[in-house]
Amino acid sequence: MPAPTPPSGAIEGHLRLTQGSFRLDTGSFSLPTQGISVLFGRSGCGKSTLLRAIAGLIPATRGTLRFQGQRWQDGAWALPTPARDIGFVFQNAALFAHLNVRGNLLFAARRAPGGDQNASELIATIADRTGVSDLLDHAISSLSGGQRQRVALARALLARPRLLCLDEPVSALDWHARSELLTLIEGVARDTALPVLYITHAPQEVERLADRVVFMAHGRIECIEPLQQALSRPDSPLFDDEGPVSVLQGALQASDANGLSHFVHGVLQLRLSLPPDSAASATRLRVRARDVSIATQEPQGLSILNRLPVTLTALHPGDGARVVAVCQLADGQTLLAEITAYSCQTLGLQPGQNVWALVKSVALMD
Amino acid sequence: MTLLSAGEWQAIGLTAQLAGLTTLILLLLAAPLAWWLARSASRWRNAVAALVALPLVLPPTVIGFYLLILLGPRGAVGGTLQALGLPHLAFSFWGILVGSIIYSLPFAVQPLREAFAALDQQQLDAAATLRAGALDRFFHLVLPSSRGAILTAVVITFAHTVGEFGVVAMLGGSIAGETRVVSMAIYDYTQALEYGAAHRLSAILLGFSFFTLLTFYAINQRVLNPLHPR
Repeated sequence: MPAPTPPSGAIEGHLRLTQGSFRLDTGSFSLPTQGISVLFGRSGCGKSTLLRAIAGLIPATRGTLRFQGQRWQDGAWALPTPARDIGFVFQNAALFAHLNVRGNLLFAARRAPGGDQNASELIATIADRTGVSDLLDHAISSLSGGQRQRVALARALLARPRLLCLDEPVSALDWHARSELLTLIEGVARDTALPVLYITHAPQEVERLADRVVFMAHGRIECIEPLQQALSRPDSPLFDDEGPVSVLQGALQASDANGLSHFVHGVLQLRLSLPPDSAASATRLRVRARDVSIATQEPQGLSILNRLPVTLTALHPGDGARVVAVCQLADGQTLLAEITAYSCQTLGLQPGQNVWALVKSVALMD
Repeated sequence: MTLLSAGEWQAIGLTAQLAGLTTLILLLLAAPLAWWLARSASRWRNAVAALVALPLVLPPTVIGFYLLILLGPRGAVGGTLQALGLPHLAFSFWGILVGSIIYSLPFAVQPLREAFAALDQQQLDAAATLRAGALDRFFHLVLPSSRGAILTAVVITFAHTVGEFGVVAMLGGSIAGETRVVSMAIYDYTQALEYGAAHRLSAILLGFSFFTLLTFYAINQRVLNPLHPR
């Protein structure tokens, strides 16, 4: 008998399966079970299949899988889904239509460890946290898309999972509902300290939520990187649609006498003009590389508010006659600037040089 | 009691007993069979589906004829029963019960099969992630989600068994209290030119069938209405 593997605080293994003409072969992987891991890739790359295989929902799955040392898959043997302690939120919520909202939540609470004893108390707490307290007696068919996902999230949490799997939970929602649900997911992940596997094909959701990114293509896991690392290479698949983007971490401070808010991280400070209803809790700022210009001397007489001293660390040829300049900010964070190759040449830019980054616009990720 | 003769009451009671037992047994039998037909990828699936549907196209006399041979004293089943010291099943209540079950099988299987095939796989998956095992899912998700189809199966099976004639005629004959169901009794009265009695029983059957279906459609609309689930 092989020696038992000590618990390792990771989801690790190598999963394989064939469904029709699609083949999943992840390669060997290991994912820390803390924070939010986002599975990112184009439609059809196998993200959903991988998540369902991790949940044990595809009988054809082969290979190996361990969750914090516990055996979940070993060849053709698989730990049945009900024994895996997973909370799963599906793209279309998959609520039980023959039960109302309370019935759906009870279904989960009664089968969770601890069971019946304080089911109604737990339901009240979780319903309150997810904002569905007023919906408990509603029929599923009367809920909006955003409400359905909230109920699905509440139901998954009531199962008292050790791992939360979210399969494109906001992709079917309108902008407003999407933003609200992302805030909720972010908060729940932080409060419960549950490891989260989150699937999306939208770079904005990655930038908003991810602690680390699992890049998938053609049924393989290409690489697993912390978010900042994934955002620091200009050829990142995250930039395929909108071009390079930087995500800056920091905290928002109250607006000053000029009505400008300050976004601060160490010695870094940006001034923003925000709409009145912006979330004060936002911790991430999104800057598109094409909204950042470079100057070799501090410019005067400009309407641009944010002029930041930076150090060039690399210059990458980008699309067409453009160059992506990787800049290190005063606090150590990375900012990307997209400029023309002509400007780069004329200004004589070199790695190591100290220059000024002019930021034309930013977006708060709330 | 004054409207109907003792013999007529007996026929009605026997019919209700036969239809009730048939429906009960068929539900237990048809649910797993319909599940297998709807969800399995077995290569035998089409053959079994065709076998189950046979009573829809065969004349009841054909079914009755084969069952008579099979269940009679010289048949494989009837002969075995006799060898064990039990009565064979031809011309008995238990014989026409077996006949009814086979004859009404497709009416119980078909609605359940359609409902099971139309189930949302993601809901089943969601139930599995919520720690519901296979039987738990079947009783607490599959059956409640299919309640419209179950009602359909019950009503159609019951009504169809009440309306059965050919299989009983071939297999059971017309033994009072044993195999003389209402449809048999009507036939006998007509043969004996007792039109008054034939009229009474026929009218009862007509009324029963109409009101059963009427109630069924009224209930079904409510049960299937997704806006007011319980």
